[in-house]
Amino acid sequence: MSIVTVQLGQCGNQIGYEVFNAICNDFHSTHGLCSKKENESYQEACKERFFSEEKTGVPVARAVLVDMEPKVISQTLSIAARSGHWRYDHQSHFCQKQGSGNNWANGYSVHGPRYRDVIMNLVQKEAEKCDRLSGFFTVMSMAGGTGSGMGAFVTQCLRDAFPTSFILNQVIWPYGTGEVIVQNYNSVLTLSHLYQSADALLVHENDAIHKICAQLMNIKKISFRDVNQVIAHQLGSVFQPTYSSEGASQYSRSPLGDLMESLVPHPEFKMLGLRNIPQMSENSLTYSTFTWPGLIKHLRQMLIANAKMEEGIDWQVRPPLPGHPVPPKASPNKALHFNTSIANLVVLRGKDVQSVDLGGFRDPALYTSWLNPQEAFKIWKTPRAFNKYEKSASLVSNSQFLLKLMDNIVGKAWNMFASKAYVHQYTKFGIEEEDFLDCFTTLEQVLSSYASL
Amino acid sequence: MVPSTPSLAVGRACVSLTRTAPGTRGAGLSEAWFGVGGASPSPVGGGGAAAGARAPLLTAPGAATMTQSVVVQVGQCGNQIGCRFWDLALREHAAVNKKGIYDEALSSFFRNVDTRNGGGDADIHKGKIFSLKARALLIDMEEGVVNEILQGPLRDVFDSKQLITDVSGSGNNWAVGHKLYGYQYREHIVEKLRRTAEHCDCLQCFFVIHSMGGGTGSGLGTFVLNVLEDEFPEVYRFVTSVYPSGEDDVITSPYNSVLAMKELNEHADCVLPIENESLFSIVSKIHQMTSSGKLGSTVKQNSLLTSSAGSIKTEQEKPFDAMNNIVANLLLNLTSSARFEGSLNMDLNEISMNLVPFPRLHYLVSSLTPLYTLADVNVPSRRLDQMFSDAFSKDHQLIQADPKHSLYLACALLVRGNVQVSDLRRNIERLKPSLHFVSWNQEGWKTGLCSVPPVGHSHSLLALANNTCVKPTFTELKDRFMKLYKKKAHLHHYLRVDGMEQSCFSEAISSLSDLIEEYNQLDATKSAPGTYPSRLKIAM
Repeated sequence: MSIVTVQLGQCGNQIGYEVFNAICNDFHSTHGLCSKKENESYQEACKERFFSEEKTGVPVARAVLVDMEPKVISQTLSIAARSGHWRYDHQSHFCQKQGSGNNWANGYSVHGPRYRDVIMNLVQKEAEKCDRLSGFFTVMSMAGGTGSGMGAFVTQCLRDAFPTSFILNQVIWPYGTGEVIVQNYNSVLTLSHLYQSADALLVHENDAIHKICAQLMNIKKISFRDVNQVIAHQLGSVFQPTYSSEGASQYSRSPLGDLMESLVPHPEFKMLGLRNIPQMSENSLTYSTFTWPGLIKHLRQMLIANAKMEEGIDWQVRPPLPGHPVPPKASPNKALHFNTSIANLVVLRGKDVQSVDLGGFRDPALYTSWLNPQEAFKIWKTPRAFNKYEKSASLVSNSQFLLKLMDNIVGKAWNMFASKAYVHQYTKFGIEEEDFLDCFTTLEQVLSSYASL
Repeated sequence: MVPSTPSLAVGRACVSLTRTAPGTRGAGLSEAWFGVGGASPSPVGGGGAAAGARAPLLTAPGAATMTQSVVVQVGQCGNQIGCRFWDLALREHAAVNKKGIYDEALSSFFRNVDTRNGGGDADIHKGKIFSLKARALLIDMEEGVVNEILQGPLRDVFDSKQLITDVSGSGNNWAVGHKLYGYQYREHIVEKLRRTAEHCDCLQCFFVIHSMGGGTGSGLGTFVLNVLEDEFPEVYRFVTSVYPSGEDDVITSPYNSVLAMKELNEHADCVLPIENESLFSIVSKIHQMTSSGKLGSTVKQNSLLTSSAGSIKTEQEKPFDAMNNIVANLLLNLTSSARFEGSLNMDLNEISMNLVPFPRLHYLVSSLTPLYTLADVNVPSRRLDQMFSDAFSKDHQLIQADPKHSLYLACALLVRGNVQVSDLRRNIERLKPSLHFVSWNQEGWKTGLCSVPPVGHSHSLLALANNTCVKPTFTELKDRFMKLYKKKAHLHHYLRVDGMEQSCFSEAISSLSDLIEEYNQLDATKSAPGTYPSRLKIAM
């Protein structure tokens, strides 16, 4: 089954390109470390999932590119075509002349409705190219105007037009210290709206990825390209083909469905975080070896202590001991030490995946009590190594990972809203103060729910 | 419907950081474009791009073009600055566009017209550059400056249909400019604006350039601003205003400025105030540095913020040219991210969105760094960081102001050239502690990264600050106004103009006072500790 990707705005298009590129590179990788048959299976599944066949033999990404100004899409289309290994369908894009001006209201209330039909037509065409549609993957930032505002609108349209398909929003959290001054408003508006239409939101934070680039990848002068490549690697490590159940003989046909089923048992809880281990520069990779126990131990502690990467993990944090009374409800303002999960998914790729012991992740102490631990924890795996990493493990978690982050953004946005700064820019396009209040209310609700886990 | 135009192979030449040899000043530019012969543009192919060079930009089929901007230059000062702007704009594009292809970046400010067959005024949207015409309107009630432009080396860039001139000038009288000439020329102005707008596929912004202290720029300039709002309400209005100094030799400049301020308050989206004293200091500073012998020979001449080197202008530089070049560079940098690609684009509508938290507080203090580049291309990051520091020093601001000691409402940094997000972040973190931001916008930074540097530089920075440091400019203006107004000095010159009444004055000063008061209130919050409003409580 196939996934159609909708790339929205500058960020969405830049990252979308890196994702397809990473997937394609992995597809061609000669370091699969598995049998030829296995590799062929993998490639076939990957292709079906992300690319459609073309007469020329060059795979065409299953994607729709949307932006309100032309420069980024123009660049994206041409860089992809130049690679020779894959390309976009050059008909499958939509752009206008003038951007959204970082104005969520402009993206949502003006551009969205105005161009809805054209864009949904393009999506429909891509969907029809798929033998079977697994669902949609949208890529967008929260800080700007098009990805965020128009992205929210498009997500709604997807939901309306494809009520039975899965929708996963890949959302980029902006740097804490501004890229855009009104980013907190745009983020609050985006999150609250996506919550209504998407099945889940998978979040990447620029700050966290930036640190990974600096400390793990050892990049001196970090560019957005570097950041985007790390994100692409992390996404690829989850969404490349895997066997999603024990004893499965075929690569999973429905990755999005599996993901939602495992991780989103309740519509109030849709925020997913992603961690990947190990991460390092290509140079270091050739000299490093890893053991599964080491990787799993680190990954588990990253979950428990809410660490963003494998360095600087706080090993003091422990899950509450069984038999002891449940700790009192933590308010969102108190620094949470232990990260409670609703559900987790670990993806393993590479050498000796069969032998990996994941008992540590089945510990009931990690989870809330709603699901029994067997249901709360799922494993996907494949012996086929990913992107030159002999062994790699990823964690997708529905937990309190994003609680503090969200709380921060809502706090800052509220603080600004109290002074009414910039609100006139939004009311100009039809987003009124009441709309803001509704969004704040929605998010406070979500925060409250996650805090009380 | 997605437009289905045939595939445009609009090639964009590689950005080369090597400079054209000295001696090709002016002539080089002409040859590069105006002398391009029959060679047809070769289709842009793929293949490996040379290291460091930027690969050509293919325009995808059906892709939309970018937006356009129109410059409206009014009065003597406005036209002199405007003239420098067009000259440097051509220089900038020539440096990037080696093949002489009319590309989208050029189209933001220039039309491409085939003048060979005479009479044909149709725009040519792609292919070779024939004759570039500025998207501009030149307005002056005296003929001197505009005539000079039309006889000078830039004459081909403008056509007579873009001009509105008169003979007698406005006598340094805002009322004459605004009420008399405004009324007289309104239709003319509207008609020419319409025509200019029609040549634009997607008009995004009007840039008005004028001075505040005189009669035409100040009076007629603000009249045009009103017209722009009435006729083109959707198009942004960015105004570059040169404010008079205390020692201005035009006695009535305070009147003219305050009367103009009311218009700016009400009808501009963003105002970039400029003070001649600041421009003069910067010019002196550059002059000192480059002729002191210490750096002299190693400075790249065309990198000077004040330089006309490499542009068409070959004759003796006029005394104001250096100062006006600074303002021209301001406008080029402001629009760079809209014209050229980058990893984090910053369009003009984003500037307005992020820097104007309340409608009337739209005055942006600007600074440009570096002032010059040394020939040494290997720039250690220390020098890069110095560029960021300088942007916040009071010596680099284009008005007499010290943003560091006042309160920031918002700040934008537009970086050009070989600078990455980590450089940007490092410097913001470094400088943040020494700056005061208003409590509700503690992280009030808007950033942009444009890949194409200005001519002669490997990187540059434009900082735009919405900062209360602009207040002294206004309070001094108010004081000078009151000094005259109390004595009713020269008032009769204004009141005898048809349509002008005493209430115009009282409303204007009231508008200015209100604005000052808004800044006062914000300043008051600076010392008070920020009290954070309590969050919404959710019933569980």
